[in-house]
Amino acid sequence: MSAYAHPETLVSTDWVANHANDPKVRVVEVDVDTKAYDEGHVPGAIAWAWNTQLCDTVRRDILSKAQFEELMSASGVTPDTTLVIYGDNNNWFAAWALWQAKIYGHGDVRLMNGGRKKWLSEGREFSTQAPNITRAQYRAKDPDHSLRAFLHEVQEASARRLAALVDVRSPQEFTGEILAPPGLPETCQRGGHIPGARSIPWGKACNDDGTFKTADELLALYGGEGIDGSRPVIAYCRIGERSSHTWFVLKYLLGLDNITNYDGSWTEWGNLVGANVEKGATASAARG
Amino acid sequence: MSMKAEEYQERRLDVAGWPVNLASYRLGAEWHCKADNVSPGAGLCRTAGATRQEAEEKAIHRAEELLSRTKRHAV
Repeated sequence: MSAYAHPETLVSTDWVANHANDPKVRVVEVDVDTKAYDEGHVPGAIAWAWNTQLCDTVRRDILSKAQFEELMSASGVTPDTTLVIYGDNNNWFAAWALWQAKIYGHGDVRLMNGGRKKWLSEGREFSTQAPNITRAQYRAKDPDHSLRAFLHEVQEASARRLAALVDVRSPQEFTGEILAPPGLPETCQRGGHIPGARSIPWGKACNDDGTFKTADELLALYGGEGIDGSRPVIAYCRIGERSSHTWFVLKYLLGLDNITNYDGSWTEWGNLVGANVEKGATASAARG
Repeated sequence: MSMKAEEYQERRLDVAGWPVNLASYRLGAEWHCKADNVSPGAGLCRTAGATRQEAEEKAIHRAEELLSRTKRHAV
């Protein structure tokens, strides 16, 4: 049986229950639904709102280095803090936050395996009180762009088949049948996928309880689609959060070196002028 | 205030032609429900009520409003 390549990036709900009040640990909840934290959260956890605190709200961009430093400082996080992130939707935006923390070089950042759903379903303690935070002084490293794919790189990868493009959206988004997840606003002009992309929905990496599948199961899943580390991989979805989840799986659970997250994702590509799209299912999508 | 989620339960149903997952549980005296769209699993709404049934009915109603706007395109 294989082990995760970087098991130190994942903690269990038990671990969090035992370390939530550890002064060297900061637990952070990051939800799609930013109201969830107020309903109740892991005792001692703080919250970051993905749509205001984890993106530049003027540019369509991730946080700048200065914005990241301010978020960490206000959160009482130092470069030596063990940052544990969890959230709803099986850690979609928790993975988005982790990805940015890695971009800015935070040394010890981990996901709580199973996220908010597992904590809830296990009947663990919830608090409605936000902790008092003492401000810290945080200095980030320069951004590591090797973790992020930009449009021009994706265009070249698609045109020249230089990388494996992994579309982690639902099969219906991949084919173009729908332009956004059911019930969510359409944010693109066209449906379909980036030419050459394979459909491997993010959720295939998870068990029903929200935890990640075993290393062997993940190796079989991605290896079966040709994602085995032999060539660069670019993951994308609609706005970059689901693909952060897959990026985490490929980089830290399977240990792929050359894996990037294209956060421009379908909201960028699906609105581009003069860009080809492919519609319909491929063999891999049909199995999704 | 500290409490535990109790009687956590999930169930699936069709709403406006789409599969929906309802997760419901009790926190203190209040029931909560979260609806998601199963594939890809995006959250649709979060509701609360005095009973599980009330929280679920609110979630189903809101999910129906959202899902009925989703267009299927020919491919």
